Amino acid sequence: MDSPSGFQADEAGAMLRETADRLLADRLTPQARAQAAEGEWPDDVWAALDEVGLPAAILPEEAGGFGVPVADALSLLTVAGRHALPLPLADTMLAGLLLARAGIQVPAGPLAVAQGSDVRLDRAGRATGQAWGVPWGRHARAVVVLADSPGGPVLIALPQAALTVEPGTDIAGDPSDAVRFEAVSAEGAPAPFGAADLRAAGAATRALMIAGALGAVGTMTVGYAGERRQFGRAIGQFQAVQQSLAVLAGQAASAAAAADLAAEAVAAWAASPGPGLLPAVAAAKIRTGEAAGQAVAIAHQVHGAIGFTEEHRLHHYTGRLRAWRDAFGRESEWAQVLGRHLIAAGPEGLWPAITAV
Amino acid sequence: MSRFTFPPPPPSPEADILRAEIRAFLANELNHRAPLDRAQSWNGLDPAFSRKLGQRGWLGLTWPKAYGGQERSGLERYVLLEELLAAGAPVGAHWIAERQSGPSLLRYGTEAQKSAILPRIAAGECFFCIGMSEPDSGSDLASVRTKAVRDGDGWRVNGTKLWTTNATHCHFMILFCRTGPPDREHRHAGTSQFIVDLSLPGITIRPVRNLLGEHHFNEVVFEDATLPEDALLGREGEGWAQVTGELAYERSGPERFLSSFWLLVELVRALQPAADARAEIALGRLGAQLITLRRMSRSVAGLLQAGADPALEAAMVKDLGALVEQEIPEIARDLLAEGPPTLQSRTFAQVLAYTALHAPSFSLRGGTREILRGIIARGLGLR
Ligand SMILES: Cc1cc2nc3c(=O)[nH]c(=O)nc-3n(C[C@H](O)[C@H](O)[C@H](O)COP(=O)(O)OP(=O)(O)OC[C@H]3O[C@@H](n4cnc5c(N)ncnc54)[C@H](O)[C@@H]3O)c2cc1C
Repeated sequence: MDSPSGFQADEAGAMLRETADRLLADRLTPQARAQAAEGEWPDDVWAALDEVGLPAAILPEEAGGFGVPVADALSLLTVAGRHALPLPLADTMLAGLLLARAGIQVPAGPLAVAQGSDVRLDRAGRATGQAWGVPWGRHARAVVVLADSPGGPVLIALPQAALTVEPGTDIAGDPSDAVRFEAVSAEGAPAPFGAADLRAAGAATRALMIAGALGAVGTMTVGYAGERRQFGRAIGQFQAVQQSLAVLAGQAASAAAAADLAAEAVAAWAASPGPGLLPAVAAAKIRTGEAAGQAVAIAHQVHGAIGFTEEHRLHHYTGRLRAWRDAFGRESEWAQVLGRHLIAAGPEGLWPAITAV
Repeated sequence: MSRFTFPPPPPSPEADILRAEIRAFLANELNHRAPLDRAQSWNGLDPAFSRKLGQRGWLGLTWPKAYGGQERSGLERYVLLEELLAAGAPVGAHWIAERQSGPSLLRYGTEAQKSAILPRIAAGECFFCIGMSEPDSGSDLASVRTKAVRDGDGWRVNGTKLWTTNATHCHFMILFCRTGPPDREHRHAGTSQFIVDLSLPGITIRPVRNLLGEHHFNEVVFEDATLPEDALLGREGEGWAQVTGELAYERSGPERFLSSFWLLVELVRALQPAADARAEIALGRLGAQLITLRRMSRSVAGLLQAGADPALEAAMVKDLGALVEQEIPEIARDLLAEGPPTLQSRTFAQVLAYTALHAPSFSLRGGTREILRGIIARGLGLR
């Protein structure tokens, strides 16, 4: 994933990923991680990301970005996954992308997009309702939601001050909050996309993070199998372990390929929204979700009891893999979207529908 | 996991143009064929169809024009292959010759061998089979016992090859055998490859029926068969390096995840009027696997085109591909309940039975699942 060897040099993307990788290796210390696990906001890590402009990398220049192609900016999320990042980089990028597309000023600081929401607009355009599954909602400067209106969907950036937050956590322990709001006059604009596209864009961010995390889990697990010795040899010498690791490697590679599809589809959609987004992201979210399930099981099996401890870093990854595969639609939700699309294509149209992705 | 890279496949506008051409051709050619025939995928034999592809210049697409090729890109060839397979075209007659024997000849053959044989393969008039496996040598290919010894100006061959697909329909076999004594220390040494004209005396081909009663497999017995000097392919003693190169071609193509595709087409046909959520979800999951595998497989084609050696990536695609190919009949059988027999339900049942019964072979042929995973583990540095 990290070094597309040979053709299609994507220098900008590679440089960005390298910057992010070095920065996180340096700043995401065990203390910062422990702090995040306690529910505190690791401000200096976020500040470091912000300083080099990573959360804004996905924005067009007129919205405060610096002209990085969207697919390259999205590939930063594989790095976030590789570090099991306990910060809303994905959500801030996603919110920025959506707001910029709707022509709404992108607020500074961490942002969130609600995975689910129920929003009503009154005649004065004030928003009332609730949103749930808001990643790091309590820390977000603004929460982006989509509201229905007679004129079509309206994208709204709800400011932090107008929200009542009910804190919660996802399965990895990262913040996943519910927020309520009443008669908020927030900045909104007609959205050039609907709720399905918004959910797909969110799902794509998770697919990319899963791909990155699976790469790291694979490397970690293969490395451990080479070091851990039992019966007088490295456990990686046992054929049963080798076969499991080969499956893990296959799942990781497959997830990476699927996530690339999602990144390309989101980039194409950002340039001009079209029907191509859903099938590609659906395939990616299904595949990465399935791959995560298999890989998590194998990684824990190979690591034995040490991988089952709080101290070992494996669970930073496996916990987030579980959280990310649940977020913005699980496998069967997206499978129904993709399956319906393929069945509707019919026997003659099935193959063209597959090659169109 | 960065040892396995599947870079984005490079764009190829020529391939897109070719795709449209192929689709139009196949729609016309295959419309009248029965679903069961189309389900046979690359098992389906039709020499006349192979010749038609040859006449259009669609065999050996990437080969030099001097040998009957078109000098087009590997990505264009990839599109051609996947379109043929997805349409259930009967490509079995020429498949092995075009996929691996021709490329092996191009790489290792003498000028005389190349100019005598390649144009005939490209014309769809010359078919090859693979002479690797033996009764006592399957996964452990290096243990082959068939032996060729120098005899005057030629070679004398004795031994038995088994599972030789389509041998009775083929003009040539590429034989992998011993030409030197077995050496415990260097198991791969002392092996060579030969281009064997199957009409020569001393070669007996006996059919072996598969569990569906079909005749694809054969046993090929060599009893003092005498091969001319120029039957040797490449260098004496280099057989192992050559045969592993051949396996890279054998494993890298789209046939490694599309073997069950026609069943999926029939499944969509059967589900279409009123698919329920369960069917949609099942189809979506299979679709996600196929879409991802296709992406990986095109990436391998791109790597080949760029001159890289993606043998590990190809092993991985084949391993993952066989899983999906085997899952398709398992899911299809579970989605459609029994009902009163109709023409359509009978057709579906036939295609399902054909694919389900063939499915076990998908993770055996071309290297078993366990062997592929061993190759992947070696790529991970574990062996
Ligand atoms: C449809 C079909 C077409 C074929 N066509 C051809 C052809 O045209 N030409 C040709 O030469 N051959 C052909 N073959 C043969 C094919 O290459 C062999 O079946 C394959 O290499 C496996 O060998 P085997 O069947 O002897 O099984 P074995 O090697 O005996 O294996 C049996 C089982 O043991 C496992 N096993 C073996 N060694 C190991 C190990 N080291 N570690 C772990 N597990 C192991 C295998 O994975 C398998 O599960 C064909 C096979 C099929 C099914």
